[in-house]
Amino acid sequence: MSVVELRGVVAVLGRFPALAGLDLTVAAGETVLVQGPNGGGKSTLLRLCAGLVVPTRGEARVLGFDLVVERHAVRRRVGLLGHATGLYDDLTVAENVIFWARAAGLGRAAEARANWALGRLGLDGPLADQAVRTVSAGQRRRTSLAALAVRRPDLWLLDEPHAGLDQEGRDVVDDLIGEAVAAGATVIVSSHELDRVRRLSPRVVTLAGGTLVGDRLGVVRDA
Amino acid sequence: MREVLADLSLVAAKDLRIEFRSRVLANQVAPFALLVLVLFGVALDADQRTLRSFAPGLFWVAVLLCALLAVQRSVAVERADDAVVGLRLSGMSPSALFLGKATAVLVQLLVLEVLLTGGIIVLYRSSVEDVALLVLTGLTAGVAVAAAGTLYGAMAAGLGVRETLLPILLLPVLAPVLIGATRAFDDALGAAAVDGWAWLVLLAGLAVVLTLVGALAYRVLVED
Repeated sequence: MSVVELRGVVAVLGRFPALAGLDLTVAAGETVLVQGPNGGGKSTLLRLCAGLVVPTRGEARVLGFDLVVERHAVRRRVGLLGHATGLYDDLTVAENVIFWARAAGLGRAAEARANWALGRLGLDGPLADQAVRTVSAGQRRRTSLAALAVRRPDLWLLDEPHAGLDQEGRDVVDDLIGEAVAAGATVIVSSHELDRVRRLSPRVVTLAGGTLVGDRLGVVRDA
Repeated sequence: MREVLADLSLVAAKDLRIEFRSRVLANQVAPFALLVLVLFGVALDADQRTLRSFAPGLFWVAVLLCALLAVQRSVAVERADDAVVGLRLSGMSPSALFLGKATAVLVQLLVLEVLLTGGIIVLYRSSVEDVALLVLTGLTAGVAVAAAGTLYGAMAAGLGVRETLLPILLLPVLAPVLIGATRAFDDALGAAAVDGWAWLVLLAGLAVVLTLVGALAYRVLVED
Protein backbone atom coordinates (compact mmCIF):
# COMPACT_ATOMS: atom_id res chain seq x y z
CA MET A 1 0.00 0.00 0.00
CA SER A 2 1.23 3.50 -0.83
CA VAL A 3 1.18 6.08 1.92
CA VAL A 4 2.07 8.94 -0.42
CA GLU A 5 0.90 9.03 -4.06
CA LEU A 6 1.65 12.21 -5.99
CA ARG A 7 1.07 12.43 -9.75
CA GLY A 8 1.86 15.61 -11.63
CA VAL A 9 1.40 17.71 -8.51
CA VAL A 10 1.74 21.45 -8.90
CA ALA A 11 1.67 23.68 -5.82
CA VAL A 12 1.82 27.41 -6.35
CA LEU A 13 2.88 29.53 -3.39
CA GLY A 14 2.31 33.20 -4.14
CA ARG A 15 3.13 33.51 -7.82
CA PHE A 16 5.72 30.78 -8.07
CA PRO A 17 5.27 27.02 -8.40
CA ALA A 18 7.08 25.52 -5.42
CA LEU A 19 6.22 22.09 -6.83
CA ALA A 20 6.06 21.86 -10.62
CA GLY A 21 4.61 18.54 -11.70
CA LEU A 22 5.97 16.26 -8.99
CA ASP A 23 5.54 12.49 -9.18
CA LEU A 24 6.38 10.52 -6.04
CA THR A 25 5.20 7.32 -4.43
CA VAL A 26 6.18 6.24 -0.93
CA ALA A 27 5.21 2.83 0.38
CA ALA A 28 3.98 2.09 3.89
CA GLY A 29 6.80 1.53 6.36
CA GLU A 30 9.36 3.11 4.06
CA THR A 31 11.94 5.69 5.11
CA VAL A 32 12.74 8.20 2.39
CA LEU A 33 15.39 10.89 2.39
CA VAL A 34 14.55 13.99 0.38
CA GLN A 35 17.52 16.06 -0.69
CA GLY A 36 18.18 18.88 -3.10
CA PRO A 37 19.23 22.50 -3.35
CA ASN A 38 17.64 25.31 -1.35
CA GLY A 39 14.33 26.26 -2.93
CA GLY A 40 14.06 22.88 -4.60
CA GLY A 41 10.68 22.13 -3.01
CA LYS A 42 11.68 19.88 -0.08
CA SER A 43 9.87 21.80 2.65
CA THR A 44 6.85 22.38 0.42
CA LEU A 45 6.67 18.64 -0.24
CA LEU A 46 6.59 17.95 3.49
CA ARG A 47 3.94 20.62 4.10
CA LEU A 48 1.91 19.28 1.20
CA CYS A 49 2.04 15.76 2.65
CA ALA A 50 0.90 17.22 5.98
CA GLY A 51 -2.18 18.74 4.34
CA LEU A 52 -0.96 22.29 4.94
CA VAL A 53 -0.39 23.12 1.26
CA VAL A 54 -3.18 22.47 -1.22
CA PRO A 55 -2.15 21.14 -4.63
CA THR A 56 -3.05 23.50 -7.46
CA ARG A 57 -3.05 20.70 -10.06
CA GLY A 58 -2.42 16.97 -10.19
CA GLU A 59 -3.48 14.02 -8.05
CA ALA A 60 -2.31 13.84 -4.45
CA ARG A 61 -3.24 11.21 -1.89
CA VAL A 62 -1.70 10.73 1.53
CA LEU A 63 -2.64 7.79 3.78
CA GLY A 64 -5.41 7.07 1.30
CA PHE A 65 -6.99 10.54 1.62
CA ASP A 66 -7.30 13.05 -1.19
CA LEU A 67 -5.27 16.15 -0.28
CA VAL A 68 -7.75 18.55 -1.84
CA VAL A 69 -10.99 17.39 -0.22
CA GLU A 70 -9.84 15.28 2.73
CA ARG A 71 -6.75 17.10 3.99
CA HIS A 72 -8.27 17.61 7.44
CA ALA A 73 -8.33 13.83 7.87
CA VAL A 74 -4.68 13.69 6.81
CA ARG A 75 -3.59 16.31 9.33
CA ARG A 76 -4.68 14.25 12.32
CA ARG A 77 -2.55 11.31 11.20
CA VAL A 78 0.74 12.99 10.35
CA GLY A 79 3.47 14.58 12.45
CA LEU A 80 5.48 17.47 11.01
CA LEU A 81 8.75 18.78 12.36
CA GLY A 82 9.38 22.02 10.52
CA HIS A 83 11.98 24.75 10.80
CA ALA A 84 10.05 26.35 13.66
CA THR A 85 9.67 24.29 16.81
CA GLY A 86 6.02 25.19 17.46
CA LEU A 87 6.51 25.57 21.21
CA TYR A 88 5.24 28.05 23.79
CA ASP A 89 8.14 29.93 25.38
CA ASP A 90 6.44 30.58 28.71
CA LEU A 91 5.45 26.95 29.30
CA THR A 92 7.89 24.38 30.61
CA VAL A 93 9.30 21.59 28.46
CA ALA A 94 6.93 19.07 30.10
CA GLU A 95 3.91 21.38 29.87
CA ASN A 96 4.50 21.84 26.15
CA VAL A 97 4.68 18.10 25.48
CA ILE A 98 1.64 17.37 27.66
CA PHE A 99 -0.31 20.16 25.93
CA TRP A 100 0.37 18.70 22.47
CA ALA A 101 -0.50 15.22 23.73
CA ARG A 102 -3.85 16.48 25.03
CA ALA A 103 -4.44 18.52 21.88
CA ALA A 104 -4.04 15.29 19.92
CA GLY A 105 -6.92 13.85 21.93
CA LEU A 106 -4.94 11.41 24.06
CA GLY A 107 -7.05 12.26 27.11
CA ARG A 108 -6.00 10.47 30.27
CA ALA A 109 -3.12 8.75 28.51
CA ALA A 110 -1.57 12.12 27.64
CA GLU A 111 0.58 12.50 30.72
CA ALA A 112 1.96 8.95 30.63
CA ARG A 113 2.71 9.24 26.91
CA ALA A 114 4.35 12.62 27.45
CA ASN A 115 6.54 11.19 30.22
CA TRP A 116 7.59 8.40 27.86
CA ALA A 117 8.49 10.90 25.13
CA LEU A 118 10.37 13.17 27.53
CA GLY A 119 12.42 10.24 28.76
CA ARG A 120 13.03 8.98 25.24
CA LEU A 121 14.38 12.36 24.13
CA GLY A 122 16.49 12.83 27.27
CA LEU A 123 14.30 15.65 28.55
CA ASP A 124 13.26 14.15 31.88
CA GLY A 125 14.53 15.34 35.26
CA PRO A 126 14.98 19.02 36.12
CA LEU A 127 15.05 20.00 32.45
CA ALA A 128 11.39 19.03 32.10
CA ASP A 129 10.41 21.79 34.52
CA GLN A 130 12.39 24.53 32.80
CA ALA A 131 10.60 27.14 30.70
CA VAL A 132 11.24 26.56 27.01
CA ARG A 133 12.57 30.12 26.67
CA THR A 134 15.46 29.18 28.96
CA VAL A 135 16.63 25.97 27.26
CA SER A 136 19.19 25.66 24.48
CA ALA A 137 18.32 25.45 20.78
CA GLY A 138 19.13 21.74 20.75
CA GLN A 139 16.94 21.05 23.78
CA ARG A 140 14.21 23.05 22.16
CA ARG A 141 14.50 20.89 19.05
CA ARG A 142 14.31 17.76 21.19
CA THR A 143 11.19 19.11 22.90
CA SER A 144 9.61 19.65 19.51
CA LEU A 145 10.45 16.07 18.55
CA ALA A 146 8.96 14.83 21.82
CA ALA A 147 5.76 16.75 21.05
CA LEU A 148 5.66 14.99 17.67
CA ALA A 149 6.57 11.53 18.99
CA VAL A 150 3.91 11.68 21.66
CA ARG A 151 1.23 11.58 18.94
CA ARG A 152 2.70 8.44 17.32
CA PRO A 153 1.67 9.56 13.83
CA ASP A 154 1.32 7.19 10.89
CA LEU A 155 3.48 9.46 8.72
CA TRP A 156 6.49 11.34 10.11
CA LEU A 157 7.56 14.39 8.10
CA LEU A 158 10.89 15.66 9.36
CA ASP A 159 12.52 18.79 8.00
CA GLU A 160 16.20 18.86 9.00
CA PRO A 161 15.59 16.87 12.21
CA HIS A 162 19.28 16.83 13.16
CA ALA A 163 19.75 20.59 12.89
CA GLY A 164 21.12 22.14 16.08
CA LEU A 165 21.54 18.82 17.87
CA ASP A 166 24.70 17.46 19.45
CA GLN A 167 26.00 13.98 18.65
CA GLU A 168 23.95 12.35 21.41
CA GLY A 169 20.83 14.17 20.25
CA ARG A 170 21.40 13.08 16.67
CA ASP A 171 21.72 9.47 17.76
CA VAL A 172 18.51 9.75 19.76
CA VAL A 173 16.70 11.11 16.69
CA ASP A 174 18.00 8.24 14.57
CA ASP A 175 16.87 5.72 17.18
CA LEU A 176 13.46 7.38 17.36
CA ILE A 177 13.04 7.19 13.59
CA GLY A 178 14.09 3.54 13.63
CA GLU A 179 11.55 2.77 16.35
CA ALA A 180 8.78 4.58 14.48
CA VAL A 181 9.47 2.56 11.34
CA ALA A 182 9.65 -0.67 13.34
CA ALA A 183 6.22 0.21 14.73
CA GLY A 184 4.86 0.51 11.18
CA ALA A 185 5.13 4.25 10.55
CA THR A 186 6.37 5.82 7.32
CA VAL A 187 9.07 8.51 7.52
CA ILE A 188 10.07 11.21 5.05
CA VAL A 189 13.17 13.14 6.04
CA SER A 190 14.45 16.27 4.38
CA SER A 191 18.09 16.81 5.18
CA HIS A 192 21.37 18.16 3.90
CA GLU A 193 23.27 15.72 6.12
CA LEU A 194 23.40 12.95 3.58
CA ASP A 195 25.90 10.68 5.28
CA ARG A 196 23.88 10.51 8.47
CA VAL A 197 20.48 10.10 6.89
CA ARG A 198 21.64 7.54 4.33
CA ARG A 199 22.24 5.22 7.27
CA LEU A 200 18.52 5.46 8.02
CA SER A 201 17.18 5.31 4.53
CA PRO A 202 17.86 3.01 1.63
CA ARG A 203 16.02 5.40 -0.66
CA VAL A 204 17.11 8.92 -1.52
CA VAL A 205 15.07 11.18 -3.78
CA THR A 206 16.31 14.47 -5.14
CA LEU A 207 14.16 17.53 -5.77
CA ALA A 208 15.20 20.54 -7.81
CA GLY A 209 12.99 23.25 -9.22
CA GLY A 210 9.96 21.59 -7.68
CA THR A 211 10.33 18.34 -9.61
CA LEU A 212 11.83 14.93 -8.94
CA VAL A 213 15.21 14.80 -10.65
CA GLY A 214 16.44 11.53 -9.25
CA ASP A 215 16.13 8.76 -6.74
CA ARG A 216 18.47 6.14 -5.43
CA LEU A 217 16.87 3.39 -7.47
CA GLY A 218 18.16 5.03 -10.60
CA VAL A 219 15.05 6.77 -11.82
CA VAL A 220 16.53 10.05 -13.05
CA ARG A 221 14.53 12.68 -14.88
CA ASP A 222 15.26 16.03 -16.42
CA ALA A 223 15.08 18.98 -14.04
CA MET B 1 -19.79 18.22 22.88
CA ARG B 2 -17.58 16.78 25.61
CA GLU B 3 -14.60 16.91 23.24
CA VAL B 4 -15.30 20.56 22.41
CA LEU B 5 -15.45 21.45 26.10
CA ALA B 6 -12.23 19.54 26.80
CA ASP B 7 -10.40 21.30 23.95
CA LEU B 8 -11.88 24.67 24.97
CA SER B 9 -10.62 24.32 28.54
CA LEU B 10 -7.25 23.00 27.33
CA VAL B 11 -6.65 26.04 25.10
CA ALA B 12 -8.04 28.56 27.61
CA ALA B 13 -5.94 27.11 30.45
CA LYS B 14 -2.85 27.17 28.24
CA ASP B 15 -3.34 30.82 27.24
CA LEU B 16 -4.08 31.91 30.81
CA ARG B 17 -1.05 30.03 32.12
CA ILE B 18 1.12 31.78 29.53
CA GLU B 19 -0.35 35.16 30.52
CA PHE B 20 0.18 34.42 34.21
CA ARG B 21 3.82 33.47 33.59
CA SER B 22 4.61 36.35 31.21
CA ARG B 23 2.84 38.88 33.47
CA VAL B 24 1.94 41.01 30.46
CA LEU B 25 -1.54 41.64 31.89
CA ALA B 26 -0.29 42.58 35.36
CA ASN B 27 2.78 44.56 34.35
CA GLN B 28 1.72 46.20 31.10
CA VAL B 29 -2.00 46.07 30.31
CA ALA B 30 -3.38 46.81 33.79
CA PRO B 31 -1.12 49.85 34.36
CA PHE B 32 -2.01 51.02 30.86
CA ALA B 33 -5.73 50.75 31.69
CA LEU B 34 -5.34 52.83 34.85
CA LEU B 35 -3.16 55.34 33.01
CA VAL B 36 -5.89 55.79 30.41
CA LEU B 37 -8.41 56.61 33.16
CA VAL B 38 -6.02 59.11 34.74
CA LEU B 39 -5.20 60.73 31.40
CA PHE B 40 -8.90 61.06 30.53
CA GLY B 41 -9.43 62.79 33.85
CA VAL B 42 -6.51 65.15 33.30
CA ALA B 43 -7.42 65.87 29.68
CA LEU B 44 -11.03 66.68 30.48
CA ASP B 45 -9.93 68.84 33.40
CA ALA B 46 -13.48 68.53 34.65
CA ASP B 47 -15.22 68.69 37.99
CA GLN B 48 -16.39 65.49 39.65
CA ARG B 49 -19.94 65.79 38.31
CA THR B 50 -18.75 65.96 34.68
CA LEU B 51 -16.33 63.09 35.20
CA ARG B 52 -19.08 60.99 36.78
CA SER B 53 -21.35 61.57 33.79
CA PHE B 54 -18.54 60.65 31.35
CA ALA B 55 -17.31 57.70 33.42
CA PRO B 56 -19.31 54.95 31.61
CA GLY B 57 -18.01 55.97 28.19
CA LEU B 58 -14.45 56.44 29.41
CA PHE B 59 -14.62 53.05 31.13
CA TRP B 60 -15.59 51.23 27.95
CA VAL B 61 -13.13 53.09 25.75
CA ALA B 62 -10.41 52.00 28.19
CA VAL B 63 -11.70 48.41 28.04
CA LEU B 64 -11.60 48.42 24.24
CA LEU B 65 -8.04 49.78 24.16
CA CYS B 66 -6.94 47.07 26.61
CA ALA B 67 -8.82 44.44 24.60
CA LEU B 68 -6.71 45.34 21.56
CA LEU B 69 -3.57 44.59 23.56
CA ALA B 70 -4.98 41.32 24.90
CA VAL B 71 -6.07 40.17 21.44
CA GLN B 72 -2.73 41.04 19.84
CA ARG B 73 -1.00 39.07 22.56
CA SER B 74 -3.36 36.12 22.07
CA VAL B 75 -2.52 36.00 18.36
CA ALA B 76 1.21 36.53 18.89
CA VAL B 77 1.43 33.54 21.25
CA GLU B 78 0.37 31.20 18.44
CA ARG B 79 2.41 32.89 15.69
CA ALA B 80 5.70 33.44 17.52
CA ASP B 81 7.08 29.94 16.90
CA ASP B 82 4.43 28.69 14.46
CA ALA B 83 2.50 26.83 17.15
CA VAL B 84 -0.55 27.51 15.00
CA VAL B 85 0.70 24.81 12.59
CA GLY B 86 0.65 22.29 15.43
CA LEU B 87 -2.90 23.33 16.27
CA ARG B 88 -3.93 22.79 12.64
CA LEU B 89 -2.42 19.30 12.71
CA SER B 90 -3.82 18.39 16.12
CA GLY B 91 -7.30 17.56 14.90
CA MET B 92 -8.74 19.95 17.47
CA SER B 93 -12.07 21.48 16.48
CA PRO B 94 -11.55 25.05 15.21
CA SER B 95 -14.69 26.08 17.07
CA ALA B 96 -13.23 24.75 20.32
CA LEU B 97 -9.99 26.55 19.55
CA PHE B 98 -11.88 29.81 18.97
CA LEU B 99 -13.94 29.43 22.14
CA GLY B 100 -10.85 28.55 24.17
CA LYS B 101 -8.89 31.56 22.99
CA ALA B 102 -11.91 33.87 23.40
CA THR B 103 -12.46 32.54 26.93
CA ALA B 104 -8.88 33.36 27.87
CA VAL B 105 -9.28 36.90 26.49
CA LEU B 106 -12.61 37.22 28.34
CA VAL B 107 -11.06 36.26 31.69
CA GLN B 108 -8.37 38.90 31.19
CA LEU B 109 -10.99 41.51 30.27
CA LEU B 110 -13.05 40.70 33.36
CA VAL B 111 -9.99 41.22 35.56
CA LEU B 112 -9.37 44.56 33.86
CA GLU B 113 -13.03 45.55 34.21
CA VAL B 114 -12.87 44.94 37.97
CA LEU B 115 -9.73 47.06 38.13
CA LEU B 116 -11.27 49.82 36.02
CA THR B 117 -14.47 49.78 38.09
CA GLY B 118 -12.33 50.44 41.14
CA GLY B 119 -10.58 53.14 39.12
CA ILE B 120 -13.71 55.10 38.22
CA ILE B 121 -15.04 54.81 41.78
CA VAL B 122 -11.81 56.17 43.24
CA LEU B 123 -10.77 58.64 40.53
CA TYR B 124 -14.15 59.85 39.24
CA ARG B 125 -16.17 59.30 42.44
CA SER B 126 -18.70 57.16 40.55
CA SER B 127 -21.20 55.20 42.61
CA VAL B 128 -22.80 51.88 41.71
CA GLU B 129 -26.59 52.06 41.87
CA ASP B 130 -27.46 48.73 40.22
CA VAL B 131 -24.86 46.06 40.95
CA ALA B 132 -26.65 43.31 39.00
CA LEU B 133 -26.87 45.46 35.85
CA LEU B 134 -23.23 46.48 36.22
CA VAL B 135 -22.00 42.89 36.60
CA LEU B 136 -24.16 41.46 33.81
CA THR B 137 -23.20 44.28 31.43
CA GLY B 138 -19.52 43.76 32.17
CA LEU B 139 -19.84 40.05 31.51
CA THR B 140 -22.01 40.31 28.39
CA ALA B 141 -20.04 43.11 26.75
CA GLY B 142 -16.85 41.25 27.69
CA VAL B 143 -18.09 38.18 25.81
CA ALA B 144 -18.88 40.29 22.74
CA VAL B 145 -15.50 42.05 22.80
CA ALA B 146 -13.56 38.81 23.37
CA ALA B 147 -15.42 37.00 20.58
CA ALA B 148 -15.01 39.79 18.03
CA GLY B 149 -11.40 40.38 19.07
CA THR B 150 -10.44 36.73 18.74
CA LEU B 151 -12.12 36.49 15.35
CA TYR B 152 -10.60 39.69 13.94
CA GLY B 153 -7.21 38.93 15.47
CA ALA B 154 -7.09 35.66 13.55
CA MET B 155 -8.39 37.42 10.45
CA ALA B 156 -5.66 40.08 10.60
CA ALA B 157 -3.01 37.39 11.13
CA GLY B 158 -4.39 35.32 8.25
CA LEU B 159 -4.38 38.30 5.92
CA GLY B 160 -0.75 38.93 6.84
CA VAL B 161 -1.47 42.58 7.61
CA ARG B 162 0.49 44.37 10.28
CA GLU B 163 -0.91 44.17 13.79
CA THR B 164 -1.33 47.94 13.78
CA LEU B 165 -4.25 47.40 11.39
CA LEU B 166 -6.16 45.36 13.96
CA PRO B 167 -7.72 48.44 15.62
CA ILE B 168 -8.91 49.71 12.24
CA LEU B 169 -10.57 46.37 11.54
CA LEU B 170 -11.92 45.69 15.01
CA LEU B 171 -13.05 48.98 16.53
CA PRO B 172 -15.81 49.72 13.95
CA VAL B 173 -17.26 46.26 14.61
CA LEU B 174 -17.22 46.94 18.33
CA ALA B 175 -18.92 50.34 18.05
CA PRO B 176 -22.40 48.89 18.80
CA VAL B 177 -20.97 47.07 21.83
CA LEU B 178 -19.38 50.32 23.04
CA ILE B 179 -22.67 52.19 22.68
CA GLY B 180 -24.76 49.48 24.35
CA ALA B 181 -22.35 48.91 27.22
CA THR B 182 -22.01 52.66 27.84
CA ARG B 183 -25.77 53.12 27.96
CA ALA B 184 -26.22 50.18 30.32
CA PHE B 185 -23.45 51.53 32.56
CA ASP B 186 -25.11 54.98 32.45
CA ASP B 187 -28.04 53.34 34.21
CA ALA B 188 -26.00 51.11 36.51
CA LEU B 189 -23.84 54.05 37.69
CA GLY B 190 -26.72 56.52 37.77
CA ALA B 191 -25.00 58.76 35.22
CA ALA B 192 -28.05 59.17 32.97
CA ALA B 193 -31.74 58.29 32.99
CA VAL B 194 -31.86 55.42 30.50
CA ASP B 195 -33.24 51.89 30.57
CA GLY B 196 -29.99 49.96 31.03
CA TRP B 197 -31.69 46.57 31.03
CA ALA B 198 -33.02 47.16 27.50
CA TRP B 199 -29.46 47.93 26.36
CA LEU B 200 -28.27 44.79 28.14
CA VAL B 201 -30.66 42.73 26.02
CA LEU B 202 -29.14 44.28 22.89
CA LEU B 203 -25.66 43.47 24.20
CA ALA B 204 -26.66 39.87 24.87
CA GLY B 205 -27.86 39.57 21.27
CA LEU B 206 -24.57 40.98 19.98
CA ALA B 207 -22.59 38.63 22.20
CA VAL B 208 -24.49 35.59 20.91
CA VAL B 209 -24.17 36.63 17.25
CA LEU B 210 -20.45 37.47 17.49
CA THR B 211 -19.70 34.21 19.33
CA LEU B 212 -21.62 32.10 16.82
CA VAL B 213 -20.08 33.84 13.81
CA GLY B 214 -16.61 33.48 15.34
CA ALA B 215 -17.05 29.79 16.13
CA LEU B 216 -18.21 29.11 12.56
CA ALA B 217 -15.75 31.38 10.74
CA TYR B 218 -12.66 30.35 12.68
CA ARG B 219 -12.30 27.14 10.66
CA VAL B 220 -11.78 29.14 7.48
CA LEU B 221 -9.34 31.52 9.14
CA VAL B 222 -7.20 28.97 10.94
CA GLU B 223 -7.40 25.86 8.83
CA ASP B 224 -7.04 27.12 5.28
